Amino acid sequence: MSTPPPLVGGPYLKQSPSVTAIMGLVMVALAPATLYGFYQFGWPAINLFVVTVASAWLCEAGVLKLTRQPLLPAVGDGSALLTGWLLAMTLPPWAPWWVGVMGSFFAIVLAKQVFGGLGQNLFNPAMVARVILLISFPVQMTYFVAPLPLGDLGAPGFLDGLAITFGFGVSGVDAVSSASILGHIKTELGQGVSWSTAFREAFEMRGMIFGTVPGSLGETSAPLLILGGMLLLGMRIITWHIPLAMMGTIAIMAGLFNVIDPLHYPDAWVHLLSGATVLGAFFIATDLVTSPSSPLGKIVFGVGCGALAYIIRTWGGYPEGIAFAVLIMNAATPLIDRYIKPRVYGRTTNGKPLEYGGGEK
Amino acid sequence: MRDGSYKTIIRDGLWDNNVILGQMLALCPLMAVTGTATNGLGMGLASTSVLVVSGMAVSLIRKAVPQEVRIPAFVLIIAAIVTLLDLAMNAWLHELHKVLGLFIPLIVTNCAILGRAEAFASRNRVGDAMLDGLMMGLGFTIALMVLGAVREIIGSGTLFSGASLLLGEPFLFLETTVIPDYRGFLLFILPPGGFIAMAFVLAAKRIIDKRLAGDADADVLPGRIQPVDEGA
Repeated sequence: MSTPPPLVGGPYLKQSPSVTAIMGLVMVALAPATLYGFYQFGWPAINLFVVTVASAWLCEAGVLKLTRQPLLPAVGDGSALLTGWLLAMTLPPWAPWWVGVMGSFFAIVLAKQVFGGLGQNLFNPAMVARVILLISFPVQMTYFVAPLPLGDLGAPGFLDGLAITFGFGVSGVDAVSSASILGHIKTELGQGVSWSTAFREAFEMRGMIFGTVPGSLGETSAPLLILGGMLLLGMRIITWHIPLAMMGTIAIMAGLFNVIDPLHYPDAWVHLLSGATVLGAFFIATDLVTSPSSPLGKIVFGVGCGALAYIIRTWGGYPEGIAFAVLIMNAATPLIDRYIKPRVYGRTTNGKPLEYGGGEK
Repeated sequence: MRDGSYKTIIRDGLWDNNVILGQMLALCPLMAVTGTATNGLGMGLASTSVLVVSGMAVSLIRKAVPQEVRIPAFVLIIAAIVTLLDLAMNAWLHELHKVLGLFIPLIVTNCAILGRAEAFASRNRVGDAMLDGLMMGLGFTIALMVLGAVREIIGSGTLFSGASLLLGEPFLFLETTVIPDYRGFLLFILPPGGFIAMAFVLAAKRIIDKRLAGDADADVLPGRIQPVDEGA
């Protein structure tokens, strides 16, 4: 069967990058913040990262084998690696190894493969895993340590790192366990201390911006995460709608309540720079599979994420609400997509075909 | 008119048409009480007794009740039986009654019981109706217990904790700690864990059914999910 060479003229469309290329770019964008997290929290963080990413990949391969699907290209496209990577970034850096393994299992098997694999999942796999872990193992998931940069005196060496992550042997390291910013503010507010007093006695703004504060593995350094986010924006992997809408909503709500009652509501900077706000806005809420497809829908989605995150942080039981907010908005995504449809090429927004040569009428 | 032999009734109730695993009814009490195997067992036995007695009563009056008002009549009968059961459990199994709490009165609204009254007891003889009630109830109990056991082992590392409250001191031996020094896995005690565990138990039943039917390629493959063939 031979076909004549195609006789088509322009306009030519550039083919969008493959799944592997997108995953690779996202990983490149995540790399600076991740490396900084390694530096900050030392060998235990590196071990946890390796364990989480490796088990995510093994879970993917295991499910494919069990269901007799072809291993390629699914295990080679990096999607499982990226899920594991994102999950690891939201874990407390000194968490034991089984937290990472169970998280990967829930992310890949329950949140992704059960729904049919890449592109079929309703919820963001990494966030499903994080929420399951947080609800089930509150002790391990809220054990934050003060940063002990690699090479510092007192920072855990390689063997100490193994001891901390895998729990065998005795580590000679005394970690300074410490609350994250949001957790600390929440506790102190509960005791009637104003947030700014609580904040000042424990943290300084500079540390919060550069990430020398206790927190999850890859969430603390805002500039490096924003750098990665800018790369994704520049490469057109994501659009500006979700990050801007989400962070803008958080900033506006935080600013508003801060003006109304400065004693009880932390200002916008604290909300923007602490917790998972930046990571969530650029890397998690923008997940292509679980967010709306039209620009307006993305804005609605981002505003919803931001508002819910602020509400959960401020009035909810947990100090951090990004993961819950993203999951709730994931559930609303099909609804958003149904009511806010992008205009189909060649048709009006109502779905009617465009008039041919419509300009003459 | 008879719906098949005793063997069919037994098989239907325990496996083929199991309240939970076949008809997918009564999921609300299922999610709420199957945090432990003991609670599942208690709820299952309570529902079984209601099923047997309501089956008998509905079957007895099936020719006296006009078609138009049969549903209110069935609901009244079931409600009366459940009230008796509720008071009896409060008197003699007080500890378990406290645990199962609200869900005992709510057996009235358990769709499985009204479902059997409508679908079976109102069309069959008393003996058949009672046997059907008993078998449906036992099937329900087994499903609740299996699910309760799965959630209890994963969620808190024990099995049949509190069984002596339900069955009396001699059954203290049932209470086992499966995983010592277990820190607990809260998700499986909460309703989402119930749904997840339920999904795996359902999948297991499907695989067993297919194996029994002699399908060599019995695993459910995502690529070739077959249309659900439940019969009529």
